[in-house]
Amino acid sequence: RYHALVASLTIFILAIFIGFELITKVPPTLHTPLMSGSNAISGISIVGALIAASAGDSWLAAFIGLIAVILATINVVGGYLVTHRMLEMFKPKR
Amino acid sequence: MYDALINLAYVVSAILFIFGLKFMSHPRTAVKGNLVSAGAMLLAILLTLLVTGVGAYVVAGLVIGSIIGIVLAVKIQMTEMPQLVALFNGFGGAATVFVAGAELLRPNTIGTSDVLLAAALSGLIGAVTFWGSLVAYGKLQELQMFKKPIDIPSVHLINAIMVMVLLLLIILMTGTGYSVLPYLLIVIIASVLGVTLVAPIGGADMPVVIALLNSYSGLAAAATGFVIENNVLIISGSLVGASGIVLTQIMCKAMNRSLLNVVFGGLQSAAASTGPAAD
Repeated sequence: RYHALVASLTIFILAIFIGFELITKVPPTLHTPLMSGSNAISGISIVGALIAASAGDSWLAAFIGLIAVILATINVVGGYLVTHRMLEMFKPKR
Repeated sequence: MYDALINLAYVVSAILFIFGLKFMSHPRTAVKGNLVSAGAMLLAILLTLLVTGVGAYVVAGLVIGSIIGIVLAVKIQMTEMPQLVALFNGFGGAATVFVAGAELLRPNTIGTSDVLLAAALSGLIGAVTFWGSLVAYGKLQELQMFKKPIDIPSVHLINAIMVMVLLLLIILMTGTGYSVLPYLLIVIIASVLGVTLVAPIGGADMPVVIALLNSYSGLAAAATGFVIENNVLIISGSLVGASGIVLTQIMCKAMNRSLLNVVFGGLQSAAASTGPAAD
């Protein structure tokens, strides 16, 4: 069981390093869209929400999971859509 | 075997997230980057549904959430986008609070201390993100009660005490394995902390605060990944957590402020923030 934990921690630390290296020079016009776009990515907790909502072993857990599904879906769908709208604004100027 | 294939496919989703973020930081590829990232998310959702099965109940949740998200994103004025991002970010944070809470309620959850620690952290960071984002939303929307930076007497001392209590609760929860009540207390105190952390900061600094809270919600998602032992959550959560910190610092530099100055010097910036919120 602790092998799995060490594997997860390894993945976590490596992903943190990639995150630090990924964005270095960002022009100011992209600050807000990038923030909005990465905000949509943090809606990945929707995966956990879907798993919790399908829990067969606890009625209460499934209900709380359903609330999480709704909240995370708003984050994901709204987040990507609003980011797309922001980026569309820049198009004609380029 | 089936599980292994699903996990392998999650790796594809994680790689697409990395490329999406990379593309998004360059003007010419930004639109493509957002689409790649959205595709990665769709893939992750579909893979999860392959495992859990498609229940009517879950579909209802997805449909309701999508409709609310689409309506909010389409109806919003261009000038109101930063506060909408804050609101979405808050919902993401709240989702991690509920996911970790739901996992604690399930009888099958392995109550080892590492899982409990991860659950406590998801609840803590998620609640701070949710309430902090709501306050940021209120400030940018210029709601009456947030017009001026709110002066809470000796706010740093109160925050320090709350952090101490939170640490004690986390130790209690991971040490004893007694989880539901400490978890509720952690979420409640972290909610207060989210408000007291953001309330004193002036409206002009809100974009930086939202960037920081965005980074937090990534870390909360990564913590949730440890709870449900899912690598795609751990990877994309920590990607957002780390790149969010970098972005926060870049934004601070663009505004000629230091991050510490924004977070702890909220009251000093009161004079500067009486103007319209700069974005």
